[in-house]
Amino acid sequence: MLKQCEGSHAVAEAVALSRPEVICAYPISPQTHIVEGLGEMVKKGDIKDCEYINVESEFAAMSVAIGSSAAGARTYTATASQGLLFMVEAVYNASGLGLPIVMTVANRAIGAPINIWNDHSDSMSQRDCGWIQIFAETNQEAADLHIQAFKLAEELSLPVMVCMDGFILTHAYERVDMPTQEQVDAFLPPYSPRQILDPAAPVSIGAMVGPEAFSEVRYLAHAKQMQALELIPKISAQFKEIFGRDSGGLVRPYMLEDAETVVIALGSVLGTIKDTIDEMRADGISIGVLGINSFRPFPVSAIRRSLSHAKRIIVLEKSLAVGIGGIVATDVRMALDGLDKRIYTVVAGLGGRNITRSSLHRVFRLAMHDQLEALHFLDLEWSIVNKELDRERTTRRSGPIAENILRDLGQAKSNVG
Amino acid sequence: MFQVRIHGRGGQGVVTGAEMLSIAAFLEGRHAQAFPSFGSERTGAPVVAFCRIADKEIRLREPVMEPDALIIQDATLLAQIDVFAGLSENGYVVLNTNHTLEEMGLAEFAQRFRAERVITVSATDLSLKHVGRNAPNVPMLGAFAAVSGLISLDSVAAAIRDKFSGKVAEGNIAAATEAYNIAKARMEAAHA
Amino acid sequence: MGHQEIKFYQTGTFTVGNRLLPPEQRSVQSDIERTNSLNSGHRACQGCGEALGARYAIDAAMRATNNQLVAVNATGCLEVFSTPYPETSWQIPWIHSLFGNAAAVATGVAAANKVKALKAGKALPETRVIAQGGDGGTTDIGFGCLSGMFERNDDVLYICYDNQAYMNTGVQRSSATPPAARTATTMPVGEHPGNEWGQGKNVPLIAMAHGIPYVATASVSDLRDLEYKVKKAMSMRGARYIHIFVPCPLGWGSASHDTIKLARLAKETGLFPVFEAEYGEVTNVSKIRQKQPVEEYLRLQRRFAHLFGKKPRLDEIERFQHMADQNIRKFGLLGDDKATVGYYGAEHE
Ligand SMILES: Cc1ncc(C[n+]2csc(CCOP(=O)(O)OP(=O)(O)O)c2C)c(N)n1
Ligand code: SF4
Ligand SMILES: [Mg+2]
Repeated sequence: MLKQCEGSHAVAEAVALSRPEVICAYPISPQTHIVEGLGEMVKKGDIKDCEYINVESEFAAMSVAIGSSAAGARTYTATASQGLLFMVEAVYNASGLGLPIVMTVANRAIGAPINIWNDHSDSMSQRDCGWIQIFAETNQEAADLHIQAFKLAEELSLPVMVCMDGFILTHAYERVDMPTQEQVDAFLPPYSPRQILDPAAPVSIGAMVGPEAFSEVRYLAHAKQMQALELIPKISAQFKEIFGRDSGGLVRPYMLEDAETVVIALGSVLGTIKDTIDEMRADGISIGVLGINSFRPFPVSAIRRSLSHAKRIIVLEKSLAVGIGGIVATDVRMALDGLDKRIYTVVAGLGGRNITRSSLHRVFRLAMHDQLEALHFLDLEWSIVNKELDRERTTRRSGPIAENILRDLGQAKSNVG
Repeated sequence: MFQVRIHGRGGQGVVTGAEMLSIAAFLEGRHAQAFPSFGSERTGAPVVAFCRIADKEIRLREPVMEPDALIIQDATLLAQIDVFAGLSENGYVVLNTNHTLEEMGLAEFAQRFRAERVITVSATDLSLKHVGRNAPNVPMLGAFAAVSGLISLDSVAAAIRDKFSGKVAEGNIAAATEAYNIAKARMEAAHA
Repeated sequence: MGHQEIKFYQTGTFTVGNRLLPPEQRSVQSDIERTNSLNSGHRACQGCGEALGARYAIDAAMRATNNQLVAVNATGCLEVFSTPYPETSWQIPWIHSLFGNAAAVATGVAAANKVKALKAGKALPETRVIAQGGDGGTTDIGFGCLSGMFERNDDVLYICYDNQAYMNTGVQRSSATPPAARTATTMPVGEHPGNEWGQGKNVPLIAMAHGIPYVATASVSDLRDLEYKVKKAMSMRGARYIHIFVPCPLGWGSASHDTIKLARLAKETGLFPVFEAEYGEVTNVSKIRQKQPVEEYLRLQRRFAHLFGKKPRLDEIERFQHMADQNIRKFGLLGDDKATVGYYGAEHE
């Protein structure tokens, strides 16, 4: 049924339709509306046979999830930013144990300086944690991906992180086609665990493993993610059969066939990029975009195949690996190993900075003429940066950087006004 | 694509206003996207929300920088921020005030726009009268429906019922209806 | 079962089991049908109090739940010595997740069990869960999760095996380490050798302050009492906590054969009060049978050796004695005295 609703609401409903058995969460913006919605649904009895647990921290949230998943319950939680970092030890533990927990990450920047707005630093910080990470482009897809995530997680016995842009998606009202319970039931069978804490057949889970077997256990974690590369498109196809729409998959090409310049990005910014590309195409420019839906596992061959004709690639990412540059870009380079292509990294949208069509036009055109630096920070205010660098060169006790910059910005504004 | 920017202060239902506008458009079979300017704004702080309405899927995620219409829920913002930024000469403005444009010192400014597209309505008073609290967002939508002709009053009423129920819904619908009628009358007066 | 007069000397107070008693009064361990939940072959040190305590506690919990039990284990000695890959001593469903999250993982297990019971049309789940960890995993790093589980009154029995230091990592100080004790991070050097004197952190009392249904302390010196408390805890629902005193020969520098003796002395000096509390109020204390001076206890452990060298630290020993006497007063450990500690804000039916 078509609905006009908030992204968080759509996700909460999709999770509810997936018949979760244990939900545990700790509030953090911009994840709050999702778990508030679920809490209410459980309390009202709209979700039957489900326990909702208000925990005392994100670390506890993931720990409760570990316990309930190991005891055989379909388990869901959600977090963002500092919350994801606070639970990290348990995040690794969940994947190490192979527990099919589904978690929404409402992508948000990481502090300091504290910042509640969107970028991808949080989930990128966990790119090696062993979870599958899939990114939603729209609220429709966010809802759909959650339903797919339970299936994917449970078939592989691996946890799945569904990443959706905080605020930009979670707090946006748009049209969503909500599936029916019958459809979801036809798509998603009840959870049948590979391992379970059951008094009728006792097992020990989580014992220490020494050098004699640790590599093998880790290799199998990798092998499972390689299996996911095949399973993700399959599940997406099954989804289409029942729900009648494209959602998920490994990558999403747009205007790619003949494109000389190809932009690569993840998440909701793909929409703005597509609109920009339409405008550039109208000007006769040969440009396209490749959206990455599955960041872990990283679809190396799908990307390599999609980019075979491209001359240059612009990786536009909402994350920064301090000290080297791009995170996604590094992986893209790996996928294109041995191919002769220019690769530009554009770091954009950090801490919620708007990514506008006009800025995209500018960098895409610079790249087309091969005039872009290898690592570019979109819309960076150089005067402010240089002022602080200068202050640090000349003053020993130069003070806290973030506060200095805010003061400089305030002055710059009042000078204009 | 039609783009609306709503200005107001925390506590005035700015975000809810944008959401209801998107629901009203949705109910008329259109695509709509509403989103706030995401701050941790507390009561009283300036807040902005956006709504886009189109006949096909809306992919754009940037904030509305060149609005086709402005809904200004709090006139005191005029002195504080450039609420009119990016508005084209064919744009629409609905301003919440019980003063006239002349009294606001906006007469000259308003000349840049088409007279029947710049309308004031005392939405705060209407919400106090019909709902019993300062919630100008809903009557502003009623006035916007009249001024822009983009959505019908019926759709606004349906969107109100989507968000509220019972007495609150009915009070809001009454406020929106009165605002709609006031705006219609003022548009005709401006034409004349 | 016919009534049979049993003389005290025939069973003793500290005797583990006795076939002279009627079966329902015998200890779980004296039963040939006991579950051996923590089976032989594990790698604990000789005389390990933690291994002993865990064996009694879990078998008693198994008996009380008709063998429908899941155990969650924090990282620590018990976890490491019981599961030397690829072997396991556990005969029950057992999971180890992390050092600081056993209480929360157990909450998850309890929630899953509850949902399964609901789906099967039962009001309460048959399968119960216990969480267990060392003093470090309980009073330090796992404290937040523990308190959260208490506050929500989740259906979990949490058992803390208190050996008063981080033993698994080589005897470092924890918040349960007694003052003056030598550990690898509180060496017996300087003006105040060993661990600093502080206010201590009494987790059983903190547990009581949550107003949970059941809190008890127990000791491997009285295994019948330990079994009784575990069984009692498992007869209740909601959050429950048992804090068991478990000497560690390796970490304390004591003889393996002194484990029980040390545990008994800790109780008989008043240094470790043994009691039960329900809904925040003390309901029962194990009286001191024959009060012992603290030296008797301290002298047997090399971690306190620096108090007794050529220049004995009578001042520090005196402070220990003061601590013991305070406990005796607070908990009413002697004669007919009544306990004066407790959380009187607690409400219960
Ligand atoms: C997060 C984390 N920090 C530190 C450790 C290292 N560590 C493992 S067990 C342990 C000490 C355990 O002490 P306790 O809980 O008292 O149990 P015991 O070994 O004494 O029975 C420590 C510090 C860890 N495993 N995880
Ligand atoms: S170090 Fe202590 S607690 Fe650990 S196994 Fe040895 S005696 Fe037991
Ligand atoms: Mg210890």
